[in-house]
Amino acid sequence: MLQKIYDWIDDRVDITPLWRDIADHEVPEHVNPAHHFSAFVYCFGGLTFFVTVIQILSGMFLTMYYVPDIENAWRSVYYLQTEVAHGQIVRGMHHWGASVVIVMLFLHTLRVFFQGAYKKPRELNWMVGVLLFFVMLALGLTGYLLPWDNKAYFATVVTLEIAEGVPFIGEMAKTLLNGDPSIVGAQTLARFFAIHVFFLPAALFVLMAIHFIMIRKQGISGPL
Amino acid sequence: MSEKKQQVSRRQFLNYSLTGVGGFMAASMLAPMVRFAIDPVLQAAGGEDMHAVVDVSEITEEPQRFDWTVEQVDAWYTSDVTHSAWVYKDENDEIVALSPTCKHLGCAVNWAGNPDYPDQFFCPCHDGRYYKNGLNVPDTPPNAALDLFEFEVKDGTLYLGNVKENPVQEGGA
Repeated sequence: MLQKIYDWIDDRVDITPLWRDIADHEVPEHVNPAHHFSAFVYCFGGLTFFVTVIQILSGMFLTMYYVPDIENAWRSVYYLQTEVAHGQIVRGMHHWGASVVIVMLFLHTLRVFFQGAYKKPRELNWMVGVLLFFVMLALGLTGYLLPWDNKAYFATVVTLEIAEGVPFIGEMAKTLLNGDPSIVGAQTLARFFAIHVFFLPAALFVLMAIHFIMIRKQGISGPL
Repeated sequence: MSEKKQQVSRRQFLNYSLTGVGGFMAASMLAPMVRFAIDPVLQAAGGEDMHAVVDVSEITEEPQRFDWTVEQVDAWYTSDVTHSAWVYKDENDEIVALSPTCKHLGCAVNWAGNPDYPDQFFCPCHDGRYYKNGLNVPDTPPNAALDLFEFEVKDGTLYLGNVKENPVQEGGA
């Protein structure tokens, strides 16, 4: 049945080469843990991607209940945690995944660094990777405010103080992030929500696409 | 090695196990999320309590609109909402409490809302009309009679509860 559906589509639009490009490629021996167990270090990039997928999915589902409003944000989070089936699990996935993804990203970065895999011709991909790291940190930072509890609030106050510490443009940067020169409130939450669910994910997708296209084009770096 | 031809090739076996493990991982990831999303559909519907609406002595033969306020808990938001009913006493001195919700597309109907039909309920949205007992006037948009409230009278006060289907078949008045 599935094969028939696949064949029917493939007949018309010839998708086999498309997914071959995506899925079907040689895995060199030196990155295959079945040959050398120490090659598990090559998994961290893929694991980062895997956790990112979990983050995207759980985040999408969380927005079904969450509202970015200072009156209701905390209450909607409380509601989805206590009243909705599996709310604790879905929020838990997003909460813990946020930390795990940073850990995986860090391990991936360490592997690339210590193997010198960032060297010519892969310098560009290293730079894109650094940008991805920043985007991911920013996602963690903006997401931290959204439950609108005390911890979130004061963490954001601190963040804004740090932004204000930037020479010359500090005050502007703070207002830009905060939405108001002094009040950390309604506008801040709305802004952080928009940044967290629209702007940063968009940047993340673009950068990930570039990251993956480049690694496929240049191939994985050779054995040490 | 048996004499028979191998039923499952190495490639097939790997394909199956990878698909299986991948499917299991995807399913365990998605199961809680899907259950989380469909939760509202699976929540048990709570029945409406009876609410005191009006003193029975105020009810006349002419349908009158009476409002009452209910504390509504809407997930994380609690508020007071106003419900209304059209209440009158019929020729047998029986209380009739009709829901104001039009059976066409849910607007609110008014008694004598159209000056041309002073003895009917009228819906301003699409000119739907109902006779006094709630039956929909043929050839107007609604295709069912206005719902009835379950009611009880305690100590001279009218209490209204859930709505139920209106059993009327013939238009009165």
